[in-house]
Order: sequence, then C-alpha cells, then structure tokens
Amino acid sequence: MTAQTGTRRGGVELNGSAGTEAVISVSGLVKRYGDVEAVRGIDFEVARGETFGFLGPNGAGKTTTIKILCTLAEATSGTAMVAGYNAATSRDAVRRNIGLVFQDTTLDTYLTAEQNLRFHAELYGVPKPAVMPRMRQVMDMVGLWDRKDSLVSTYSGGMQRRLEIARGLLHAPHVLFLDEPTVGLDPQTRSSIWAYINDLKTREDITIFLTTHYMDEAEHCDRIAIIDHGKIVAIDTPEALKASIGKDRVQIHTADDQAAIAELHQNFGLDAAIHEGAVTFSVAAGEQFVPRLFSEFSIPIKSVSVSRPSLDDVFMSYTGTTIRDAEGGAGNEFMRNMHRMRTGGRR
Amino acid sequence: MATQTTGPAAITDTAGVVDRIRVSVPERSLRHDLRAVSIVWRRELIRFRTDRLRAITSLVQPFLFLFILGTGLGRLAGGSLPHSANFDFKTFIYPGVLAMSVLFTAIFSAGSIVWDREFGFLREILVAPVSRASIVVGKCLGGATIATFQGIIFLCLAWFAHVPYKPLLIISLIGMLLLLSFTLTAFGVMMAARIKQFQAFMALTQMLVFPLFFLSGALYPLNGLPAWLTVLTRLDPLTYVVQPMRHAVFSHLSLSPYVAAYLNTHLAPSITWGGWVVPLSLSLGIVAVMGLVMMSVAIAEFSKTE
Repeated sequence: MTAQTGTRRGGVELNGSAGTEAVISVSGLVKRYGDVEAVRGIDFEVARGETFGFLGPNGAGKTTTIKILCTLAEATSGTAMVAGYNAATSRDAVRRNIGLVFQDTTLDTYLTAEQNLRFHAELYGVPKPAVMPRMRQVMDMVGLWDRKDSLVSTYSGGMQRRLEIARGLLHAPHVLFLDEPTVGLDPQTRSSIWAYINDLKTREDITIFLTTHYMDEAEHCDRIAIIDHGKIVAIDTPEALKASIGKDRVQIHTADDQAAIAELHQNFGLDAAIHEGAVTFSVAAGEQFVPRLFSEFSIPIKSVSVSRPSLDDVFMSYTGTTIRDAEGGAGNEFMRNMHRMRTGGRR
Repeated sequence: MATQTTGPAAITDTAGVVDRIRVSVPERSLRHDLRAVSIVWRRELIRFRTDRLRAITSLVQPFLFLFILGTGLGRLAGGSLPHSANFDFKTFIYPGVLAMSVLFTAIFSAGSIVWDREFGFLREILVAPVSRASIVVGKCLGGATIATFQGIIFLCLAWFAHVPYKPLLIISLIGMLLLLSFTLTAFGVMMAARIKQFQAFMALTQMLVFPLFFLSGALYPLNGLPAWLTVLTRLDPLTYVVQPMRHAVFSHLSLSPYVAAYLNTHLAPSITWGGWVVPLSLSLGIVAVMGLVMMSVAIAEFSKTE
C-alpha cells in the first residue's frame, strides 16, 4: 500500500474540469459464486461529480458489483478502478476515498448517534481537530445534530438512514456508494432522503454511485446503467434512454376491449395488451396517432390517455419484462436465497 | 503524518452560506492502527457500561458455585482434611470459581462479533481502511478488560472464602485474571470468525464452557485421578491458570507449617506431565502463547475476502 505514496489520491484531485475524468472505471468484470455467475462481464465508467445509478431487479448483480468496487469482494476476473486505485490490489487506498451506505443498517443501535460517528472517525483516522466540526457539519446536513446524544435504537428508519449517509460522508470521501438507499422506507421518507442526497451534491465535491430498483429514483441520476442477469443492457442519461425507445404509451378504454386489440393488430399493425384494466400499446408520436385512431377505429372509445415513455418502459424494452415481474420470477428468488445462504443470512 | 494532514480549514463555499470542513484521511500508519485498537476497545467498555444486567447475571453462576456448592460439598470434603486444620472448602474452590467469573464474560464478549455480523455493524468495521489485526487486537483487549473487571467484582467477595486481602495476592490474581480473560476472548473471537449465527455461537460456547470449567481442577485436586481424566485436565487451558491462582492463594494463608505442607501436597499439587513438574511460569506462558496463537488465527480469518 505504501508504494502508492507518490500517486496518492490518484486521478481524483487533479485539477481537470469536473465530468471529464473517470472516478470509477470498470472493465470486463466477472464474479462467480460456484456455478452461479452473478456478474457476467461488465464495463462502464463514472465521471467525477456524476450521480450514476445501477438499475435492475434484485439478484441482477447490483450488490455484487458494489461489493467489488468497495473492496468487500474480489472479482473472479476483470478490473475495477475506484478513485484512481485498483479495488483488488490497493484496498486501503480505495477505502480511504469512499463512503458507504449499505442496504441493511450498519449502525450500532446501542450507541448514541455521536458515538457511532466518533467510532467511524477514529477508524478512518480523521485528524483529531477536524472530528468535532466535521461531525457537526454532516449531522447538520441531514438535520440530526440536535439528536446526536440519543441512542440510535430510538431513531426511526428514515433517521437511521440519514445518519448512515452522514457517517458515510464524515471522512470526506470522493465517492459515495449508496446501495438501495431508500429501500424499506415509506414514500414520504424516501423523498426526504432524496432531498438530502441532492442537497449534498451542492455542498460536497462528490461522485455518487447508487443502486436502485425503483424507477422513479433512477430519474435522479445523471446517467444510469440498466443491469439484468449480470449484464449491462443499456447505459445512458435517463432522457436519452427514454428517447431511444421513441414511442409513447397509449391507453384506451373501449366498449369491447378484445375486439379493440384485434382491430389494432389488423388495421394498425400494433400489438396491444390489457394493462391496468386498459388496452395498452406503444406507438411513435402518440399525440398525432390519437386523431387518426378516432377517425378510423370502428369500436367506440370511452377514454384515451397518452404518456411519454418512462424508465419502466425503457427497462421493459431492453429486458422484455417489467422490473416487478423480473423480481417475482422464481429463478430470481432462488438466486437470491442462494446468495443469502452463501453470505450468511443478512450478508 | 504531517505530510497529508491539512487539518480543518473552514472555507466559505460559493453560496457563502456553509463553511465546509476540509478533511483528508491519512495513509495507514501505526498511529492510525492504534487509534483503531483504542476505539474498538472503548466501544466494548461503553457497551458493557450500558449493559448492567449482563454484569449482574454473569456473576450469578460463580456466586452459586462458591456459596451453595461450596458450602454443601464442603461438608463432604471435610473428611479429607486434617481435623485441626480449620480449613474451609470454599477457600479451596475460590480460585477456580474466580476463573469462572471471567469465563462467561470473556467468551460472550467475543460473541458480540457474531451479533455485529447479524446486525450489520461488522460491515462498517470491515470496510474501514485499517488493518484487520488492529480490530481483532482491540476486540481481544476489550473483552479481556471487561472480563477482568467482572473478576475484580468477584474478588471483592474473597473475604467470604477466607481469602485474605493482601495487596500482593490481589495484584497477582488480577494479573492472572487478565491473562486468562485475554486468552478466552481470543478463543471466542477465533470461533466468532467462523460462526455466522448468534444462536449457534451461544449453543457452542455453552457446550464448551462447562467442560473447560470442570476439567480445570477448579472443584477437585489434580492428583490421584484416573489416567484418562489426568490427560484431559492437562489439555484444558484453564488448568494452567487455576493451579497458579490456587498456589498464590494458599501461599498467602496464615496456616501452621504442617497444614500448609498438607495442603500443598494433597490439595494444590503442581501440574505434572508424566511425572515432570510444570513450573508456574511455564503454566502461565502456555496460556499466553495459546491466546496469541488463537488471536493470530482470528486475524487471518478476518483478513479473508469473499
């Protein structure tokens, strides 16, 4: 680890303009657990200052990838560079430069919030005079400073997650990893967590790497990679991904839905199906299609709605399934259980 | 250290609202590792202080052994003592029960690693840029400290077993308790490195604790035993602490030379290996080496990655 002294902090503290240097770069990454290939050869780069999201169902390989990037697991093959260091060979250097917020809570609930942060500061060797002011700063950032002396066991789920984010930032990392940052929280708390995350980007010079299986959360990212069965199937900005589909989603209520589906197929060449109780299909330039539909369709239409493509549609078009269906699948459930067994329950 | 620490430099950020504290995490150094050892150790103490119930409950068993079992068995054992000795059986078992008072606390303090793993906190520790060795060392010292503290509480009861409060005796007993606690914690940490479920850890330690105690000669003298039992007692690490502790206690009693000689030959005989007398210093050395070996195994276990 000492060999790195000269290039410490690697490419991160260079003076180049933000957004051009890669803070994370991954190539040919493979991770096998016995016969199961959790990650099957992925490549991507994350630029400095970016918020980069990994989107995919549970069991797609998101957590495995994050574990490799955070030096908690070793890749079977391929390389991962984080903050200018190799995650497999310069573990300590990587660890100094990253902050982590895990899916499951990793706080000591028998200690107070302050004791938890102090533990972290000592473990990361934060210079002593900086500990107190920095602690106050990160706790202020997530609005928990007045609760610093409370035992963590008295915190709500959302407060615990906020405290974990504060702790992850305590040693001023260059990259913050958030593994499913809002999983298990109610919608209101989720949006407040996102307010804190978006706010911290304005305050800290930081790159954020997150995983999620919530489509609406992926919208907060500058770029997202869609991962399915251990492979990246698409990678771009949310807007570009949505544009790449190029089709709008149209839903109609008719007097006879089955006949409507048949007629859409025959006369318009569209594959429609019933989703959410309405005849649903995708079509380019939906607004212009609707007048034509009204003039040419033989079955009376009761109502119509046109919506721009969502990331849901993007996910669907790249993987052929909705994220919810992908998670409900028996195969994934099996993989997930296998993974849990291997890693000892809660990982 | 001086090369990288920019220290806190409050600068006004572009919005002019917030002062940002600049922090840079130093490269790993001995000082950093020592800070890690110290905070892991301190966490053990904080947890122990807030968990008074544990402190009380783990004293219940030694208490029962000393006063109930000690008094009851004393009636039976009285026949084997010289009539004029006026020697209490409780004095005989006190050193062994004292060892027992640290046994549970030491091993169970290591069990908190398994607990931490189940509740995620271990992960926070394992991703920190410190050596795994400093974490394991901090844990072993922490467990040793709280267990010894527990032993010291029990030491206050020495008077009831007619063990005198002589400073030299107390100090040497505390020293031996510390050594024993360290080795037992190291043993627990070594097991905790492999066992992933708290229930399994508890079951396994419960299963091991009593054989360790019973084979240590805490309740009976180590001479004149059948060969198989003799071998087993010599394999028990606890034996190598209980005997020196008993020796220390006996040598501080005010007894007539005749009774003292009788006690030393019949009740507190030296540990022998096939006739060879194991010196006290070697006894304690064995315990220390065992502790260090088990701690090294634990460090190696925790240094593995998935």
